[in-house]
Amino acid sequence: MAIPVGMLAALLVTAFGAHLGLPGDAGRIDPTQVAQTPPFDRPGVFEVAPGRYEVVMVAGIWVFTPNVITVPEGSEVTFIATSRDVIHGFFLPHADVNVMLLPGRVARVTARFPKAGEYPFVCHEYCGIAHHTMAGKVIVVPRS
Amino acid sequence: MAQAALPSLRSERRLGGAYLLVALLALFVGVATGLLQALDHAGLNLYPQVLPLLKSYYHGLSLHGVMNILVWTTFFICGFLQYLAARAFARPLVSPALAWFTFWLMTAGLVLAAIPLLGNHATVLFTFYPPMRAHWAFYVGLTLVVVGTWLVTWRLVLTYRAWRREHPQTRTPLAAFMALVTFVMWTLASLGLAVEMLVLLIPWSLGWRQGTDPLLARTLFWFTGHPIVYFWLLPTYISWYTLVPRQAGGQLFSDPMARASFLLFLLLSTPVGFHHQYTDPGIEQGWKLVHAFFTFAVFFPSLLTFFNVVASLEIGARRRGGQGLFAWFLKLPWGDPSLAAQVLAMILFAFGGIGGLVNASYSLNLVVHNTTYVVGHFHLTVGTAVTLSFMGITYWLVPVLRGRDLWSRRLALVQVWLWFAGMTVFSFALHDLGLQGMPRRTMISLATYVQAAWRPMMLLVGIGGTVLFLSALLYFLNLVLTCLASPRPAPEEPAFAEALSGPEEAPAILDRWRPWLLAAVVFILIAYGPTLVHLFRTTPLTVPGWRVW
Ligand code: HEM
Ligand SMILES: [Cu+2]
Ligand SMILES: [Cu+2]
Repeated sequence: MAIPVGMLAALLVTAFGAHLGLPGDAGRIDPTQVAQTPPFDRPGVFEVAPGRYEVVMVAGIWVFTPNVITVPEGSEVTFIATSRDVIHGFFLPHADVNVMLLPGRVARVTARFPKAGEYPFVCHEYCGIAHHTMAGKVIVVPRS
Repeated sequence: MAQAALPSLRSERRLGGAYLLVALLALFVGVATGLLQALDHAGLNLYPQVLPLLKSYYHGLSLHGVMNILVWTTFFICGFLQYLAARAFARPLVSPALAWFTFWLMTAGLVLAAIPLLGNHATVLFTFYPPMRAHWAFYVGLTLVVVGTWLVTWRLVLTYRAWRREHPQTRTPLAAFMALVTFVMWTLASLGLAVEMLVLLIPWSLGWRQGTDPLLARTLFWFTGHPIVYFWLLPTYISWYTLVPRQAGGQLFSDPMARASFLLFLLLSTPVGFHHQYTDPGIEQGWKLVHAFFTFAVFFPSLLTFFNVVASLEIGARRRGGQGLFAWFLKLPWGDPSLAAQVLAMILFAFGGIGGLVNASYSLNLVVHNTTYVVGHFHLTVGTAVTLSFMGITYWLVPVLRGRDLWSRRLALVQVWLWFAGMTVFSFALHDLGLQGMPRRTMISLATYVQAAWRPMMLLVGIGGTVLFLSALLYFLNLVLTCLASPRPAPEEPAFAEALSGPEEAPAILDRWRPWLLAAVVFILIAYGPTLVHLFRTTPLTVPGWRVW
């Protein structure tokens, strides 16, 4: 009995204890109209409050737009992303961001960047012949 | 007891041989493409050299996934379990005509799917997530293979009924009971895939329907995609429970516990699929958590199995003079390649089980989802616990089917240990790379973001993969020579193990079907019902298809 109970405890701890959130449902979108649908008609990096940023991102074969994201040290960044063709992935290992970008769905996920540095992100779902070239980076610049 | 009835099993043997042949051909394609992938992960890109055959890394990877985990496993299981059930019932199964029709249906389906797959028209990996759109023949072919497995279920059920009429009071023989549970579980679980194929993918690939929906498709896919793991594992467990204890010189520790664990698998295998979709937007967190809970629950019958099987091995080893708390382990009959393969498979499986808990954990999953960690994990489970056990089984099964002794036991032993060693290195390196952030399903040799720190482990992937490939070649060599050049007649096939605590001690409820089936259906309805109804009602099927390879 100790083992199943222990596993259950581990599950609850990891689910609620660690303050990681899984991506939830941030709505639907017509994947054929991404370029015309706000906010994806203007992909980019937006400061929404001091130290808080929103990145509106479109994934498509085989690029992320934007693919270089610059924010100051200590920022909290919310990625709002979707795909305009096949399934892509958005994986930013150093900030525990790991989400599937499904055409027709909007994903929303938040990460913090306490330390300056360059953080690569990659597409980690097979999305076609040049999948291995689909990547980008978050550049976190020191506050001066 | 089964031994006496063996002569009448000749037609079952031919059937088993036919399934095995297809399975082995698939495995051959699987390991050849695997080698290329492993070398690619070491930075060595050989795809230009094999260009006429494989148009790209992803073409090879699609073949690797489909041939290994859809074809090698399924065909092996259909052949092995029908034969084993016939032995356990001590009679041929009903209707050879149905059996051969099923075999040819599955083979035709395989050929139909293989044509676009080989021709680079279905380079969509074994998960074939839409909106990537493969040639329709790929989907139709795979569907026919699944339909074939349902016919195998039907044949087992008909046989069970006939046997039951003649033996109203007897407990179902353990191996036959387990084969039935396996196929019944699978038939329930495969409904998700069937709906995905028939409602979403086939009409869309034929152009009858304009669009599809990736989330709905993924949800239906993983409805089947996780329990399929138990469709591979349960036959492995059947060998571990009903044959390996005797091969180890001992007895099965507990028959009732074995039956109970299988019924738990019937109950718990399916309502777990969302754990493959933790990172999908569009599924409520609460339902993901329910599936996370079931995922941990289904770990429990695996623990029971592990305990029961290890206890059985210990009985055998102690009878052979083994002593001590752990030292008995060395006294197992390690000279028998069939046993050695399966015990080594168990050892690596234990590590696979531990790693699996990380995958299943609700938030640790974020660290490893779709990284090579997962690749390391399932090469320990389906790639070793299942595959190495199946190899061990063929070391007695092929001689029995062919009527000739294994060509070389020593070669078989070398093969088995090479697989163990190669896999240890290979999977360790992949786990490590995954934790460092290497994505899976990726042509690493040309990736634009490879980091210097990855290099040493990448080399180990290449080395481990090469050893695995060599091991597989020795395996095929031995089997071919067994069929063509072995001078000696086949030895007796391993008999079913007696149980220390036998079936008489099992509560009668363990031989009833309705309550368990009902409970399994209820669990599925709870876990999937609300989400599927919601998705079906609210999802417009409008996402267009793409060919991106
Ligand atoms: C010679 C032996 C083998 C080698 C060297 C090998 C190598 C590999 C490598 C390097 C990958 C990762 C590809 C990637 O993520 O980009 C892979 C994927 C995979 N392998 Fe193997 N493998 C072998 C045998 C097997 C066996 C026996 C099975 C199962 C029965 C198996 C099942 C799989 C599956 C399901 C995938 C994932 C495919 C996908 O992501 O679509 N492999 N293999
Ligand atoms: Cu992509
Ligand atoms: Cu990709």
